[in-house]
Amino acid sequence: MLSLLPTPHPKERRIIFENIGIPNYAPDIKTYLAHGGYESLKKALGMKPGEIVDAVKAANLRGRGGAGFPCGMKWSFIKYDDGKPHYIVVNGDESEPGTFKDRYILHEDPHQLIEGLAISAYATNTHLAYIYIRCEFPHAAKIVWNAIKEARAAGFLGKDILGSGFDLDIYVHQGAAAYICGEETSLLESLEGKRPYPRIKPPYFPAVLGLYMQPTIVNNVETLCHVKHILRLGPEEYAKMGTPGDGGTRTMCVSGDVVRPGFYEIPCGGVTLRELIFDVCQGLKPGRSLKAVIPGGSSAKVLRADEVFKIKAKGPDGQMVEKETPMLDLVMDAATLGSIGTMIGSAGVMVMDDSRDMLWVLNNLNRFYAHESCGQCTPCREGSLWMSKMTTRMIEGQARPEDPANLKNIADNIAGRTVCAFGEACSWPTQSFLAKFPEEFAK
Amino acid sequence: MIAKQTRQADEVTPDFEAEADELVTHYPVSKRSASLPLLHLWQNHFGFVDDSGVEWIAAKLELEPINILELVTFYPWFRREAAGKTIIRVCRTLACAMAGSHEVREKFCEAVGLDPHEDHHGFGCAPPTTPDGKFSVEFVECLASCGSAPVALINDDLVENISPADVPKIVEKLK
Repeated sequence: MLSLLPTPHPKERRIIFENIGIPNYAPDIKTYLAHGGYESLKKALGMKPGEIVDAVKAANLRGRGGAGFPCGMKWSFIKYDDGKPHYIVVNGDESEPGTFKDRYILHEDPHQLIEGLAISAYATNTHLAYIYIRCEFPHAAKIVWNAIKEARAAGFLGKDILGSGFDLDIYVHQGAAAYICGEETSLLESLEGKRPYPRIKPPYFPAVLGLYMQPTIVNNVETLCHVKHILRLGPEEYAKMGTPGDGGTRTMCVSGDVVRPGFYEIPCGGVTLRELIFDVCQGLKPGRSLKAVIPGGSSAKVLRADEVFKIKAKGPDGQMVEKETPMLDLVMDAATLGSIGTMIGSAGVMVMDDSRDMLWVLNNLNRFYAHESCGQCTPCREGSLWMSKMTTRMIEGQARPEDPANLKNIADNIAGRTVCAFGEACSWPTQSFLAKFPEEFAK
Repeated sequence: MIAKQTRQADEVTPDFEAEADELVTHYPVSKRSASLPLLHLWQNHFGFVDDSGVEWIAAKLELEPINILELVTFYPWFRREAAGKTIIRVCRTLACAMAGSHEVREKFCEAVGLDPHEDHHGFGCAPPTTPDGKFSVEFVECLASCGSAPVALINDDLVENISPADVPKIVEKLK
């Protein structure tokens, strides 16, 4: 397995990966307890549930799965005493190209997730939770199952947890190789045993109608792990690590043309793209120059190396001024990337050097989306397929002069016309590649 | 004479059924939720899911067979015919493709004796499989290990940073 640097890079601050970085750290409960495991759960059980929700809000924790929704706000949509059953579903269907952090948490520190999940369940009056793990992680499913059994035997799960009167059962549920199940309402349909077609919105949040049409929270694996650390460190201390509105650390997954690809846990807003690529990841391969970066998983809009953005920042007199910011000086946080029309997403950073043909890259992504469209909405089902067919034809030397305009037309007619965000996800690559690298499509 | 059709459901043992019943208990609110777990159990045990499997699972969960069949035909993981004993799933998506996964897949095909140009025929079909039934090789989408590209999932095990030159050695160990 890909491993962490033996000592953290100065830009890193390991919270989620603190224990995983210890040599010979094992995923069993004995090891976990020896490293302060389940202390946050004990603390939580002594708090009022509302206090935990407030702490998560104060910590400014945003979801780490891609959409980046404030976690505490999501939880507060659940009415504690509405008399309905509540569910929590952990999204461990990690499959956004460029993203590979949850894989390591599930394999190497499953109790951290279980502890975060148990705290979340206590805070939201939830007694049944499922951990949805993609079936391409068969070992992870076994490891997490085993950890659940250990936690139950030790009294951290099951009936009357640690004498608090609070009950919680957790089960692992395995997916079946469909990317769409990462979309939260699709995941719920999948968990209900149906074809995983995303649900029509509104309601926008499963907290209103979720699993079995009851209030449900769907959170990413990394997000729930952070909950444990918010209680351990205190929400103020935790929030301070990040930027206003984006607290704590985020695990950046870097892949592609860098010397040392890998995952690095960095305070939110703690690095620029330049520092991430040229310092943390030790730069590009010898003799190469940077061409493009996809900053937040394959659906995020691509950035071109020579782009300059106008970013609003506080000037010396305290007034907001627009500052010209070259692409490499972009701060890697949700607000900055959001302000220039792309996103931090799942923090899957894909780096491309000058050896890459952008048409070839786009075709690779188009084939992915054409394969993974669930087929429910016509614009996405037909559009993703046609974009893929066209770019495939283009790389086979059969490009036509009208292709770029047709591609753009197809992409423009998918986004905003589908039940779920897959429509945007599959059209953003085509739209952004065409807009930013027009010369490569005009061949 | 028409050869007697074998039905997987005729081979269900009491142990298998007990395992299925245990899985159903994980879903106290709705048995239907056990559809995927039972399909996994079935495919792991029998190698693929035939009509009798679809019917057996549907009956177990008090559903119509179409409720199960529509899952088998939707999810890429499930198949309606036998695949190789060892399934080599090479990641096709961006980071792996940039790191040479196309060549890696071709080398796997060559090493096990498959035509690299033979394509997967779609959901429900087995991936290209050697005539002796030992190996299947297919391209799959992102395996979430982009930092150690290119990767392949070989049965349950992830193999990382595969160089085309390593492929014959990897296959030799699997034989």
